[in-house]
Amino acid sequence: MAQYLLRRFATITLAMWLIVTITFAIMHAIPGGPFASEKKVPDAVKRNLEARYHLNDPLYKQYVDYLKNLLRGDLGPSFKYEYRTVNSIIKESFPVSAILGSLAIAFSLLVGLLAGIISALRQNRWQDYTAMILATLSFSVPSFILSGLLMYVFAYKLQWLPPAMWGTWQQAILPTLALSALPTAFIARLTRSSMLEVLQQDYLKTARAKGLSERAIVVRHALRNAILPVVTYVGPLIATVLTGSFVVESIFAIPGLGRWFVLSVTNRDYTVILGTTVFYSAFLMAMNFLVDLAYVAIDPRIKLVDRRDV
Amino acid sequence: MLARKNILFGLLVALLMVALLSGCGAKSQEGAKSAAKEQVIRYNVGAEPKTLDPAKATGLPEGTIMMQLFEGLTRYDAKQEIKPGIAESWEISKDGLTYTFKLRDAKWSNGDPVTAKDFVYSWLRALDPKTASEYAYQLFYIKGAEEYNSGKGKKEDVALKALDDKTLQVTLKAPAPQFLGLTAFQTLYPVHQKTVEGNPNWFADPAKYVSNGPFKMVSWDHNQKIVVEKNPNYWDAGNVKLSKLEIYLIDSIDTAYNMFKTGQLDFQDDVPVQELAALKGSKELKIVPDASVYFYRFNVTRKPFNDVRVRKALAMAIDRKTLVEQVTQAGQKPAFAFVPFGFKDADGKDFRENAGDFFKEDVEQARKLLAEAGYPDGKGFPKVTIMYNTNENHQKIAQAIQQMWKKNLNIEVGLQNVEWQVKLDRETKLDYDIARAGWSPDYMDPMSFIDMFVTGGGNNQTGWSNPEYDKLVRQANSSGDQKVRMEAMHKAEKLLMDEMPVMPIYFYTNPNLIKENIKGVIIPPFGTYADFKWAYVE
Repeated sequence: MAQYLLRRFATITLAMWLIVTITFAIMHAIPGGPFASEKKVPDAVKRNLEARYHLNDPLYKQYVDYLKNLLRGDLGPSFKYEYRTVNSIIKESFPVSAILGSLAIAFSLLVGLLAGIISALRQNRWQDYTAMILATLSFSVPSFILSGLLMYVFAYKLQWLPPAMWGTWQQAILPTLALSALPTAFIARLTRSSMLEVLQQDYLKTARAKGLSERAIVVRHALRNAILPVVTYVGPLIATVLTGSFVVESIFAIPGLGRWFVLSVTNRDYTVILGTTVFYSAFLMAMNFLVDLAYVAIDPRIKLVDRRDV
Repeated sequence: MLARKNILFGLLVALLMVALLSGCGAKSQEGAKSAAKEQVIRYNVGAEPKTLDPAKATGLPEGTIMMQLFEGLTRYDAKQEIKPGIAESWEISKDGLTYTFKLRDAKWSNGDPVTAKDFVYSWLRALDPKTASEYAYQLFYIKGAEEYNSGKGKKEDVALKALDDKTLQVTLKAPAPQFLGLTAFQTLYPVHQKTVEGNPNWFADPAKYVSNGPFKMVSWDHNQKIVVEKNPNYWDAGNVKLSKLEIYLIDSIDTAYNMFKTGQLDFQDDVPVQELAALKGSKELKIVPDASVYFYRFNVTRKPFNDVRVRKALAMAIDRKTLVEQVTQAGQKPAFAFVPFGFKDADGKDFRENAGDFFKEDVEQARKLLAEAGYPDGKGFPKVTIMYNTNENHQKIAQAIQQMWKKNLNIEVGLQNVEWQVKLDRETKLDYDIARAGWSPDYMDPMSFIDMFVTGGGNNQTGWSNPEYDKLVRQANSSGDQKVRMEAMHKAEKLLMDEMPVMPIYFYTNPNLIKENIKGVIIPPFGTYADFKWAYVE
């Protein structure tokens, strides 16, 4: 187990280094730069700007400097929002995205699992059809359309909820719904199909024959097996949803992390591009690792061992 | 058993409904109504400011926010006349080179007096190469300024002197009548030396923000809103009626539109194009002039645009009126010249109106020109492409022009949308055929448009060069006599339109949504979005 963890840690470190290096290379290869603008500035001004942000250093030096700072946990200053550092941007905006993301994940799990279980148990009846039609719908509507629609109906037409911004619980409702539509649908369908598969298994017949209550059969025996694919999906999902969505955050004017992934690229804000990428990757890999640990907890047949340990 | 499943499903539906409806009671109308009685305006500036340091800011949102917080030597009034600001009066020497400003008794928001030394400090700070100010060049009119900024000259040699606490003397390197107007803008605002020194991020902390304008900083909630309130230490505080101004930082225009419509904003400075038709006739829609031009660049180093007849034919073969009425829909004016309306000529009248149009739309003539250039009925015209930055409106305009050229000249052009920075890069490298562009002035003088197209100018980007044009620009820039300057610029513009390296399409307008009870807001034609000094709620 210890060796497994060690190997795992080594792979993650290597992957992180590759991600930083490739992002660094691509970022400098695309046209433009943080100080490009429609109005051309005199050369002297451009030189002063580049000197201030060390953009006039040779690329390899910029790269080594970045790695050094990264090891110290310093992601550098933003070039565009000069009063902010990448660390402060993540520190301020990640909690917002994380709260919103947690709400969305809780909603998706609750509704998605319930809908999936019911559909499986009531296969080919109206409950199943209704749930699956809803799932297909929310699966195929892009989030910018759904966000716009939710805002139009509940904020603009009915005026039940505030259209945008962040701070009160009312403001969290519409973005949570917009954000959870797709994962809810996915979880519902995933749960349904794996439940259907599990329900055919012999051991469930045994359980029934034993005279166990339907509730115990579904919860303790069927669901526990059926939930593994959902866990696999939820790991990376948590990483994606908790780090924010550009579309939902811009439409609902939420000061989260999601917008920075896209804005930093448009702005060519080099340090922010790298910083958010590093943060997201580390988070994603940590989640995948947690998923592996969760398997062990859920399914006693799975053990985390190094191949050489076997 | 069955019943229980149904209950479970019912619960699920109920849960969904609760989640959807739980906000019913949360109407915010009440708050809006009571706020209307107070002197508070909720305004959306459309973006998180990149900085609120006057020396460093370049964008319109930044300029707009700081216009409420600061005041320069001068300030524009509702008629766009330059009026005394922190300077109570000024004298300009006969040769147009020396400006002597007399300062009034003005105070910073912390009570300290605003002195001539503050201006000297602030302007030298903006020019300091270490400050790395992008807009440092706005000060390059001052003798010695460019040398200091580029590291070739000394700080002491910048011709900027505080003769005493209340007198500021500036010497320019060449006459530049536009300099006076520049003293009303952000780069030339004074900053509070004690606040700024030793803390490069002084402006990021609202509690420590010291300014000298109608309002002072209260709070700054990133990507949400900035709140400013009336500054009791402002010299003209008696004329400031607003007690508070909430500046929202919402970047999605559709979201801001919804917030305006649901009463959460009083003033939103842009309108989604798809809403314009429905808003026609609404008293809340105010369309004001914008001194900017929308145009296409031709790459004159490439065939077939190396032939002036082709450039002219293309410019004459589109229908600008249809374009602004059907596509852009915000009352834009078709452009048959390059300098927009709104600039004063030597006689005090409008520069554009005095000069009139330089060409006409004429399909017959356009066809003839194209045939003379070797493409009768569009035959043999090479496949060329219009490049524009990714944006729905630019795309619609390009599609309309593509169709007009097809119909009128029988030529095929391709369309290509590229990301903003890719467009900038390709324009600079002359790696395009036709490129969409827009230009707004840096200062209120036609020179801000005319000097773009001097040979090798950084903003030329067409490959076009004309010694006669360069000479006219030099002539205008070396004289302090408005008559001589304007005359030279009129000639230059005519030459530019005869040669047509750029094809003007329309002059911009600025559509705003303002609640009817909001009065006294000044919406300038360029530089910033709005000035709330004289604004009030009725």
